[in-house]
Amino acid sequence: MNKDINKQGHFGSFGGRFVPETLIYALDELTREYSTAKKDPRFRRELSYCLSQYAGRPTPLYFASNLSRYLGRGIRVYLKREDLLHTGAHKINNTLGQVLLARRMKKTRIIAETGAGQHGVATATVAAMFGLECVIYMGTEDIKRQRLNVLRMRLLNAKIVPVKSGSRTLKDATTEALRDWVTNVGSTYYIIGSVVGPHPYPVMVRNFQSVIGKEARRQILAKEKRLPDYLIACVGGGSNSIGLFHPFFKDKKVKFIGIEAAGEGIFSGKHAATLVKGSVGVLHGAKSDVLEDKFGQINIAHSIAAGLDYPGVGPEHAFYKKIRRAEYYAVTDSQALKGFDLLSKVEGIIPALEPAHVIAYLQTRAQKLKPDSLIIVCLSGRGDKDLDIIYGR
Amino acid sequence: MNRIEKKFKELKEKKKKAFIVFITAGFPSLDITRRLVLELEKNGADLIELGVPFSDPLADGPVIQNSSQRSLKAGTTLDKILSLVKSLRKHTQIPICLMSYYNPIFCFGKKRFLSLARSFGVDGIIIPDLPPEEDKDFISACQRSKIDTIFFLSPTTALKRIPFINRMTRGFIYYVSLTGVTGARNRLPTDLIKRLKIIKKHTDKPVCVGFGVSTPEHVKQVFSIVDGVVVGSAIIKKIQDNAGSPGLVKKIGRFVKYLSSA
Repeated sequence: MNKDINKQGHFGSFGGRFVPETLIYALDELTREYSTAKKDPRFRRELSYCLSQYAGRPTPLYFASNLSRYLGRGIRVYLKREDLLHTGAHKINNTLGQVLLARRMKKTRIIAETGAGQHGVATATVAAMFGLECVIYMGTEDIKRQRLNVLRMRLLNAKIVPVKSGSRTLKDATTEALRDWVTNVGSTYYIIGSVVGPHPYPVMVRNFQSVIGKEARRQILAKEKRLPDYLIACVGGGSNSIGLFHPFFKDKKVKFIGIEAAGEGIFSGKHAATLVKGSVGVLHGAKSDVLEDKFGQINIAHSIAAGLDYPGVGPEHAFYKKIRRAEYYAVTDSQALKGFDLLSKVEGIIPALEPAHVIAYLQTRAQKLKPDSLIIVCLSGRGDKDLDIIYGR
Repeated sequence: MNRIEKKFKELKEKKKKAFIVFITAGFPSLDITRRLVLELEKNGADLIELGVPFSDPLADGPVIQNSSQRSLKAGTTLDKILSLVKSLRKHTQIPICLMSYYNPIFCFGKKRFLSLARSFGVDGIIIPDLPPEEDKDFISACQRSKIDTIFFLSPTTALKRIPFINRMTRGFIYYVSLTGVTGARNRLPTDLIKRLKIIKKHTDKPVCVGFGVSTPEHVKQVFSIVDGVVVGSAIIKKIQDNAGSPGLVKKIGRFVKYLSSA
């Protein structure tokens, strides 16, 4: 499958590097450094040490017996518990990998964008651990709705730059972070939080997140002596889903299902269902599916889950969709809230609103899945951060 | 010979440098943009860059970003900008380049864009988020349509990459004076002249400097070594400060005359 990704980071016709000339050198430098590090046993040992001793890997693959019984028809659901990681979401798998790279490259300043704040917290965390200066770009809309994560980032000594332009959410935070990087490219390492952006980020972030799928594959084979029928994960930028899917890419019988945010409905104009409803375009350095108007202006996305509220998606997802390796569906805000409630009540696990979309998909459309099927859901994060949204409504 | 080439040749014969003005098309309105182009020409502009507004202009600073947002709100589209060029061509032969991010052109349809741009009198295209390796087909199509493809060199561009950019470029090379987004600066980088001298050695094409050029002193400083300068944010800022004033067009004309008299 690696032949589908060429040297310039194209997945089929998607991906690439649509960035100002100033960044080309930095991206080349990063590509070189990453490909050396990847093969360096010391780097791998260090990363694996951090993942196990600091972040808490491996995460359990938990058989959700109550949820399975609730769904019926012999369906068995396992949850990959990324919510149990340090900082409460899968984001730390990636920030640990990238901060180790930043250190190798002798960068002294870390920047990142964040939507839900999970990536911001995961970045601020690793920056604190390694004693690096950290600046987080966050839309003012997200600052309002993810107050808890803002407080955590402050505590971790990160400087938060509120972004007031455009949608005031993840899209504009990302644009601002890219502007910062163009300006401070010499001293600064930009930790992108998802499988988006210019090459090598989509490949690199996917590889760091692939630990999810690799573990899950080993765990399900140990528990069930067979591969699952479905892998289901939520898709904003798409890092937890690609992380789960990618190690199963060659297992053709394993179906991939990505769940996007339908917001107030996919025909309402207020949604973030990029793969379901978008078209091909270029945003934040890569060609992929985007939400745009007919003039190529990027639309403002909407989702109750800040981490899904993004009008773009990783190019590898656009590629999976095109070659029909994965299917993508969308779930509304109100359905997601019911999924949130369901998992909390039946399993005693409060999910983040992002993976609550996956629970809602199972809740509303399980009848479309094969009876007696074996499913792995990526429970990408925990829901503490969302209580303001839940109780503010 | 197209209008850009001709202009640089003329200037060279007169031992003069190109004064290039960037304005955001449709800011504050397309009609004012049309009048501005004509007024700027009278006041010393040698080439006009018309900015096509984009929702997420990641190479631009707050001034141009803001002007783009306002232009979009006023309903500016690439279609309308092309028509504007068409109507301008009845009155002026000043070289006109469009500066657009990739996505508006991609969504417009690259083929359709080129055929309209060519027949309406666009001379060059500058795409700040398109490194030449990303769309070589489009670049050769531009060149077949006699539309110059203007690419950037930056302070971070590796020396070994310069010949490649030089090869893909037509018209002139756009040198980004600093690592950063567009916007006025108090002073230009100290190693700028040194860097430009190196670049001049590696290219046979005119080299123009932009980003941060905002005073007659800046202009004078770089004119000693390059073939032209691009001024954008300083002018957009002036437009912004005077938007709504009846004397806007004349005022901007005078400002450009002041800048270009260096």
